[in-house]
Amino acid sequence: MAAARKLPLSGFMQKNGPILGTGLLVAVGFWVAAMIVLPQFFMLDFSFRYNLPLPQQGGPNDVYTLENYRFFLFGSPTNPDPFNILDLAVFLRTILSAVLVTLFNLMLCYPIAFYLAQMARGGFARLLVLALIIPFWVNEILRAFAFRILFGATGMVNTFGLSLGLWDQPIDFVRADIALYAGLGYAYVLLMIFPLYNAIESLDRNQLEAARDLGAPWWRIHWRVVIPHAKPGIASGCTMVFMLAAGALAAPQILGGPSSLWFTQIIYQWFNDGGNWPRGAAYAIVLMTACIGFVLTVMRIFRVNIGAIGR
Amino acid sequence: MSADVELDGVWVTFGDFVAVRDADITIRSGEFFSFLGPSGCGKTTLLRVISGFLEPSDGAVRIGGQDMAGIGPNKRPTALIFQNLALFPLMKVWENIAFGLEVRGVPKAERRRRAEELLDLIALTGQADKLVSELSGGQRQRVAIARALAVEPNVLLLDEPLSALDLKLRQHMRTELRAIQKRVGITFIYITHDQGEALTMSDRVAVMREGVIEQVTDPATIYNQPATAFVASFVGENNAFKGRISARSGNAVSVETGLGPMQARLTEGPAQALQVGDETLVFIRPESLKRLANETDPGVRIAARLVQEEFEGTIRHLVLHGQDGTHIKMSVMNDGNDPGLKLGDDVLIGCRAELAVALPPGGLAKEI
Repeated sequence: MAAARKLPLSGFMQKNGPILGTGLLVAVGFWVAAMIVLPQFFMLDFSFRYNLPLPQQGGPNDVYTLENYRFFLFGSPTNPDPFNILDLAVFLRTILSAVLVTLFNLMLCYPIAFYLAQMARGGFARLLVLALIIPFWVNEILRAFAFRILFGATGMVNTFGLSLGLWDQPIDFVRADIALYAGLGYAYVLLMIFPLYNAIESLDRNQLEAARDLGAPWWRIHWRVVIPHAKPGIASGCTMVFMLAAGALAAPQILGGPSSLWFTQIIYQWFNDGGNWPRGAAYAIVLMTACIGFVLTVMRIFRVNIGAIGR
Repeated sequence: MSADVELDGVWVTFGDFVAVRDADITIRSGEFFSFLGPSGCGKTTLLRVISGFLEPSDGAVRIGGQDMAGIGPNKRPTALIFQNLALFPLMKVWENIAFGLEVRGVPKAERRRRAEELLDLIALTGQADKLVSELSGGQRQRVAIARALAVEPNVLLLDEPLSALDLKLRQHMRTELRAIQKRVGITFIYITHDQGEALTMSDRVAVMREGVIEQVTDPATIYNQPATAFVASFVGENNAFKGRISARSGNAVSVETGLGPMQARLTEGPAQALQVGDETLVFIRPESLKRLANETDPGVRIAARLVQEEFEGTIRHLVLHGQDGTHIKMSVMNDGNDPGLKLGDDVLIGCRAELAVALPPGGLAKEI
């Protein structure tokens, strides 16, 4: 009995009973294995194989290869350039754009989150939260099309700007990718606001007053008191927005200019139009690894603990 | 540098609720001044008005003669110590102390030097690089004081800063605070509901009730010559006997009570309006009551029966019942001698007329 007590599981079983306990374990186990580990594992496995027709799969030609990763870096054997410039450029631009969207989102959401967490009172705060949430009842694709209409040549933004005389010719917001950035930014507003709100809300209001009382102007109160306190929330929100923006597909498809391509669209093309699942898998793995690496590096630079973003 | 703080007819209202009613006080430069009152009496509101977090609804606040209207808390020559201290948990001790200097653009080396000087002042030498969470409650208390002193305020405002400490530390910090105030020589304005803190530390005390300042004077006068029934009952223990004034000559009055006639005196303030025939409350402190020999008649003379006794080391708390059933509290110093009283004994107790204070009824702090 004494030995059994040391197992963490036996305590868990005692608390939940054998039926519920087993049920929970199976459910969590299934979720982790079938929803997280196995798909990623098959994707990883795919990415190291040749794109063989169905009859040959599992045959003598079905061996592991780095060919798909080589292709991402250097392109087809007939490629005259030393690197696969087309795909690499799209890749870098996607990462960079995702960073820009994230920063834009942070700047937009921080004041809102601060206002909600520290200043707004009762009914008005609830109304504001509702106003933030309701647009997300609309389907993501519909929202993207709404942005397209908004930013179109005869859309509201252009009509407004022209009638005020801010500019004298319709601006092609779609070609300039402004529609895309705005759409992506808007899509993840809530994912940024809620972690920020949670972090800022837990800040003791007396700290703000103490800093103010000691003579600090508002920007220094934020710089020295609010932002350091909210750092885990900022990291959490930025990570989510960056990951989702870099991995977005619908918004770039609908709002992207004709010349701009999002890296996910290339992945989609390999899977769908190209029918080359192994190559698509390799591209997807590259994107995922790069995003995770990027996030970890940034967190390291800003000294945020990985555990902190779970809070 | 130190400065007077003048409250000139200050009112604070929230909708229909009057938090502070016509506060009119001058707190003198270099003074240790306390606002004493139960929670909800408006003392914290008044502190927020002085520090600038709240604008008065009417009236003016002047510090060093200068009207503070429209001047924010970051621009006033005051520093506030919060009830929960509000130290910055992510900064080191010295960064906390030097925050006000950082705001003023003092270079880092100079900030560090000033912080270490202040750490010496509060007897925390060598703790500069610790985090606030590594300090004990009393040490944090002192860091909060140092942080406020670093900006060299003319007035230091303290909002019940000792309430979170345990009893022993609280008593120690009283002495400490008083010593720091003497050393730096600036005006301290202290908010508390603890009469012990207010009486031991302050030069003067203002007792507040429901937004009204009832009495402003030195601690001994507050205790010995309360101006209102509220002050008499809120500060210290007291007995209150209902009665009617039967004669008045100057400040000496005779009062008919359920326990027989009592001689008492009137204090300065509202009591001066009492006339023959008026209802009154006669206040006698438990420690003023003594056992009387049969023949003496010192002014107040009550026949009572001992019903309860509590022994508390230095003092015995006795509860007696008067002939009409009135509860009477009496405390006797434990001088080592057996008081020679048993439960159920009938005794004569009383005190001199100067120790009995007759005040207009109304506004008792608690059932006594």
